[in-house]
Amino acid sequence: MCDSCGCGHPHDHSHDSPAHDHSHDHPPTAVRTIEVQKSALSLNQRHADQNRGWFRAKGLTVFNLLSSPGSGKTSLLERTLRDLPHAAAIVGDLQTDNDAQRLRAVGAQALQITTGATCHLDAHMVLHTLDQLATDGLRYLFIENVGNLVCPASYDLGEDRRVVLISVTEGEDKPLKYPVMFRRADLVLLTKNDLADAVDFDRDAALANIRQTAPQAQILDISAKTGANFDAWLEWVKA
Amino acid sequence: MPKSVSQRSRYGIVPPMHELSLMNNLLDHALAAAGGERICALHVRVGPLSGVVIESLRFAFDALTPGTPAENARFDIEETAPTFRCPHCGATYETPVGNYHCPACAATDGELTGGYELELISIEVPDDV
Repeated sequence: MCDSCGCGHPHDHSHDSPAHDHSHDHPPTAVRTIEVQKSALSLNQRHADQNRGWFRAKGLTVFNLLSSPGSGKTSLLERTLRDLPHAAAIVGDLQTDNDAQRLRAVGAQALQITTGATCHLDAHMVLHTLDQLATDGLRYLFIENVGNLVCPASYDLGEDRRVVLISVTEGEDKPLKYPVMFRRADLVLLTKNDLADAVDFDRDAALANIRQTAPQAQILDISAKTGANFDAWLEWVKA
Repeated sequence: MPKSVSQRSRYGIVPPMHELSLMNNLLDHALAAAGGERICALHVRVGPLSGVVIESLRFAFDALTPGTPAENARFDIEETAPTFRCPHCGATYETPVGNYHCPACAATDGELTGGYELELISIEVPDDV
């Protein structure tokens, strides 16, 4: 804080330093406070509520899939969309439509959102994709978020349930490192179960960490490659 | 459409981070409330589960305010703790992020009553009267 002029600009240099180049509009001594009480996410919330209303009107159950890059979201969806009728996906990435192409290759309806520089999907991006979604006969919509365990946690997209994936190759302490993401998960999927032995995955430690940071969540070990526990996953989706 | 998060500023191209778009939203609220008046201070409340890094929020504030009525405004951040209510014993408590045990009965399914806040509480403008 600038002690000399009280202008509020944080700095620790002297007033005649060359770095002291900000303007000197000194605040008046008398100020008045205006109460605002508005969330930074109020606009996103409005769009999310709009999405939620639309999903409900179309009779859709919607899932937000969240994980680090490379945890197996798209592989999970490839198998899910092959095995589960009446399901479609919206996938988010910074660049490329590779994921949507992979999902279309299994015969599913898949729409790609490329976010450019943005590290998460927000409700507004989803809202503008919905007019391209063919909803006749559709029951389940999976939204694959941008691979990132930080920023997407803050953005409600209008989904019914949140699924957070951690692959067995990522380390058992992921939930401890990213507690905010896990606190809002409805289901945590331990993916790439078929690799667990190869990487000496400590399942007990992972479960303890998930239960500590996501006490509300159900937990399921799964492998999109072998299909292990896929029935249980699909039951959960349909429940 | 919301303003692009990759914008020029006195720091050059700002890297993509969600604090920038969130700060942009807070600033929009502030500018609307000020109705064109110069803003002397913003008071923001940040919960530990908001997913926001305080340093990044300050960086975003410094990057976005030049040339706006909030240029050189004071940026006050009030940090809150996650608060819970235990559905079993009724205790209300605060715990660090990542450890949600009830201190009274050790239950882990406490109902979260606060911690996600990211709000503009108030602003200060010059009092001309």
